[in-house]
Amino acid sequence: MIHGFGFATPGLLLAAWLGAQGGPGVTLLWGGDAEGGAPFVEADPADASQVRGFDVEVAETIARGLGRHARFVQVQWSSIDQSVERGDFAIGLSGVEDTPARRAHHAVTVPYFSFREVLAVRSEDRDRFSGLATLRGRRVATLGGTMAYDLLLAARDSLDLIPVSYDDDVHPYADLVAGRVDAVLLDHIIAERALRRRAGTGFVIQPQAVAVGRYVGVLANPDSALRDSVDVVLRAAMRDGTLERIFRLWNVWDPSQGDLFRRVAGTALPEPTEAIARSASSVWAYLPSLGRAAAITALLSALSMAVAVVVGLVVASGRVYGPAPVRAVMTVYVEVVRGTPLLLQLFVLYYGLSGLVRLPAFLAAVLGLGLNYAAYEAEIYRAALEAVSRTQLEAARTLGFSEAQILRLVRGPQALRYALAPMTNDFVALLKDSSLVSVLTVVELTKQTAIYATNIGSWIVPGMLCAVVYLAMSLPLARLARGLERRWSAA
Amino acid sequence: MTALLAVHELRLTYEARDVLRALTVEVKRGEVVALMGLSGAGKTSALRAAAALQRFHAGRIVVDGFALEPGPVPPESRLRPLRRRVGLVFQGHALFEHLTALENVTLALTHVLRRRHEEADEAALQLLGSLGVGGRAGALPRQLSGGEAQRVAIARALAPDPALLLMDEPTAALDPARRGSLGRTLRRLAAGDGGREGRGLLIATHDTEFARAHADRVAVLADGVVVETGSAADVLDRPSHPATRALLAEGDGPTAAQNSSS
Repeated sequence: MIHGFGFATPGLLLAAWLGAQGGPGVTLLWGGDAEGGAPFVEADPADASQVRGFDVEVAETIARGLGRHARFVQVQWSSIDQSVERGDFAIGLSGVEDTPARRAHHAVTVPYFSFREVLAVRSEDRDRFSGLATLRGRRVATLGGTMAYDLLLAARDSLDLIPVSYDDDVHPYADLVAGRVDAVLLDHIIAERALRRRAGTGFVIQPQAVAVGRYVGVLANPDSALRDSVDVVLRAAMRDGTLERIFRLWNVWDPSQGDLFRRVAGTALPEPTEAIARSASSVWAYLPSLGRAAAITALLSALSMAVAVVVGLVVASGRVYGPAPVRAVMTVYVEVVRGTPLLLQLFVLYYGLSGLVRLPAFLAAVLGLGLNYAAYEAEIYRAALEAVSRTQLEAARTLGFSEAQILRLVRGPQALRYALAPMTNDFVALLKDSSLVSVLTVVELTKQTAIYATNIGSWIVPGMLCAVVYLAMSLPLARLARGLERRWSAA
Repeated sequence: MTALLAVHELRLTYEARDVLRALTVEVKRGEVVALMGLSGAGKTSALRAAAALQRFHAGRIVVDGFALEPGPVPPESRLRPLRRRVGLVFQGHALFEHLTALENVTLALTHVLRRRHEEADEAALQLLGSLGVGGRAGALPRQLSGGEAQRVAIARALAPDPALLLMDEPTAALDPARRGSLGRTLRRLAAGDGGREGRGLLIATHDTEFARAHADRVAVLADGVVVETGSAADVLDRPSHPATRALLAEGDGPTAAQNSSS
């Protein structure tokens, strides 16, 4: 995992990354989304290279019970199921909900936590909007792809309310207070966290739960044997009080957990333990992880651009010099890649093809970005090659140069000058597009910033830091290109 | 003495139009031949066919024993012997824009003929000097005047030492004084100097002054065939064909040197 990296050279970083994908026998790789934040999984404010949260401790408990060492893998929350199936990690634990669909397609552990789906409404609406039935025709926000969202979809048809789906669990509450939505339906842990962030003002949480759900661990469908072992460990942890201790530590314990434990493991309530104080977060604690994430972004962009340039040259040469079938294939490649979203291509490459070839996330990211940008590079190179006057090429032929020599000595060097400015543009664009690969579990600069922002509950400082780092990388590139152009066009 | 270049009954169609119908022309070693005609007469097409840059549809071209047949231009690998024998100076000079004058001349020496760099530089500087542009060796093409670029292009074509030199409107970018000096240079190239063999020169031009002063023979091209041929004096002083007279009439005009050729 990335959080464990020191300031290593790019090559070592890559090697370490690839090594981490292998999953040695003594390690239990578990996936979660640190962007989900406390108390599930969050970057440790004291040491941003570490994660903490009750799901972290549940994972460590499971690993210990299996005689292994827990190791965290960052994954986007909505991608946990696909990632575990393709083998990025053995078990996903990050407020993963127990749903019939999940049970049907994956190996799911016994539930280890019981949560309530609760409604949050503006304080003045406390009496007006007490349940879903009172929200007829109103806008109700939640996190997309959750049980709460499914509840809202069902209510859309029966109650005529309007579900509003968000990608994160912070903005729904901000929009509730701002009046953009009339209620938020989410897990009580998330609702209470949101209320604490707002110092208890702006909205209230209705005491009556809309529904009850349970958190589970999710494993790949063929891993049912491991799932059974995990179940044994979880039941033991319910009986001996380990889980209760963890939940009390994170202030998420309530009597319904005891009921759940009794149902699942047939156990009595163990002794309570004390909660710990949370340490304050600071900007300085995050700088090392931002630095590492920036290094990932820089390395990822440089490698992707190298792939894009090499493949782009091959494609452009094919389109300019190749026979008709080669030209047709290259044209199809360029049009398909340019005509479909990069995000879709990344998903297909990483998740879609995982049955055929299981690419490590970083490699998939480099290939995805590189092959996408190769299509744009190819068009730049083709235009640049065709911009070199035909009579120069004919003059070269009359002098006895081979076609390869003409490309190398006459056409290529001039085309490079034409291509330089658009290439620089593309490199800068790629640098920023590299943020998309966070969907493949790669924690790069933007993802790390999002984790950081969620952790401290503000985007202002993280956003500015992140922008400064991107500019620090892109501005010198533009400067370099201008310098080269000036030198080549010197009168 | 057999001809260095023998073009026989050349037919060349371009976009459904017969540019050349049955062109027959010969150039011997030591000879400067002016291929004359109005704009669009097909002079450039004839040169391009002889330099194997352009397909032709009937007839035959033989360059110093190397025969070109009708049909598509053969791949470069089969044209090596021809490339060694023929140099072509393009009307727009077509210098390599990213290289200096000197590098334009040495590029073929070092990469095609595999000469050492110092040797190539020395030969190129000597050539540029003999054409009066030795002082411009370090300049890029866009820094050269039209006349300078023209002479660098001639030096580039001459560097591999071809037996046959084809030139397309070499005087187009030159003032009258430069034209005279170019003409003398071309005569020297044709005659051979310092014990070396002479070359054959085929010059596409509509510059009657230049042809009269410097060409051994003139072939006038009209309607895709040579309508009149003979010594420069015979053809240009006593024209027998209307096309030749039209050419001479145009040559009297003040803008003759700026006209472009096909």
